[in-house]
Amino acid sequence: MAHAHESNTKRIWIVFGILSVVTIVEVILGIIKPESLMASVLGMKILNWIFIILTIVKAYYIAWSFMHLEGERGSFKWSIVLPLLILIPYLAFILLVEGNYIYDVYSESFVSWDF
Amino acid sequence: MEATVNTQTEEENVWGGGNQPLGASYGKMMMWFFIVSDALTFSGFLVAYGFSRYKFIDSWPIADEVFTHFPFLHGVEAPMYYVALMTFILIFSSVTMVLAVDAGHQMKQKKVAWYMLFTIIGGLVFVGSQAWEWATFIRGDYGAVELRSGRILQFVDAQTGKRIALDEFAQPIEDERVVHLERNGVWYQSGEGLPSYTVNEIKAGFMANENVVGRAEKLNEDGEKIMLSREETAERLESAVHVVEGANLVRNEYGNRLFADFFFFITGFHGFHVFSGVVINVIIFFNVILGTYDRRKNYEMVEKVGLYWHFVDLVWVFVFTFFYLV
Repeated sequence: MAHAHESNTKRIWIVFGILSVVTIVEVILGIIKPESLMASVLGMKILNWIFIILTIVKAYYIAWSFMHLEGERGSFKWSIVLPLLILIPYLAFILLVEGNYIYDVYSESFVSWDF
Repeated sequence: MEATVNTQTEEENVWGGGNQPLGASYGKMMMWFFIVSDALTFSGFLVAYGFSRYKFIDSWPIADEVFTHFPFLHGVEAPMYYVALMTFILIFSSVTMVLAVDAGHQMKQKKVAWYMLFTIIGGLVFVGSQAWEWATFIRGDYGAVELRSGRILQFVDAQTGKRIALDEFAQPIEDERVVHLERNGVWYQSGEGLPSYTVNEIKAGFMANENVVGRAEKLNEDGEKIMLSREETAERLESAVHVVEGANLVRNEYGNRLFADFFFFITGFHGFHVFSGVVINVIIFFNVILGTYDRRKNYEMVEKVGLYWHFVDLVWVFVFTFFYLV
């Protein structure tokens, strides 16, 4: 890394703009809760899917631009991102399915949990 | 060209040390791998939260009804605005941090110091906001009753459906338990904390006010809490065992007990990260002022704490989504 670093200030402010806009959109959607986004797709409301996708967009910009992953060598970049990309959705899938199953057991069994 | 040269040196002394196969210094690499493991810890917490929420999907507290406060706007319903502001503060402190790193690449000591200072201030404001958020959460505002099943029964106006606080309808009864004060005996006595009203006072108040009905934890199809009738409320009140005001680790007035536990644990663990980030930033800030990195001819330490600081911001983005939005 001997080469001279030029200033990235402009890009930093652009990314800040993107992150701000995404956050504002999230907050507005969270307050209005449009009726059209309440339909369920793949077991979750469309609105919640939008929130999760926007969150991942924000995470991408923070990691790639602010944490400067885009400038790292490919092997380093992917040794950081891949474990997270594999393990977290895996854990989420297992535990959420399990949680849903326990909910079914609670609601369909003959025992009242609200006595 | 540069790449070819690198390969050659690597081949020459693969085991001799001094080469960087991943193109990053040891310190930076270890900071990244620490961040990976910490990210897995946080995702463990958030997924556990999701697990418990799916388990009680039809009775989980509604975040919009819990976090409705904004400083200096007492009594105004302002869901989300405060956390949105906190998110902005943290994102902005992340921007000043990355500007500090950028200035460090150009060896501008003064600029680095100023940007670090702004980052530290942003971090402190965030931790302060979180303390305020906790204080409001712990204090609570309406109060509720806990039933024998551990479920929470809240009270609403039968006509408008608006929440009613306990002190709006409870009827004080003389000669009930009193708080043990130090002047009545200096020795320590342990016992349950005393809420403002007893269960009997709530029951009497319920009987006297025709427009008060209960609201159980259950949600209807639109994700709103179901209002009970007068008879149903009276029936449930029979099994009331506790008056709950605000939140602690055992019970909270918002609903499911796990809700407050996860709130305290996840936002607390994140707040602890912010706090330690501020401490590390302060140390590096002083090193910058003293000119340590100027003499060292590189500002990589600023970059490393910067990575940690951005990670804290990154985690908050997820906490914000899963605790307040979804």
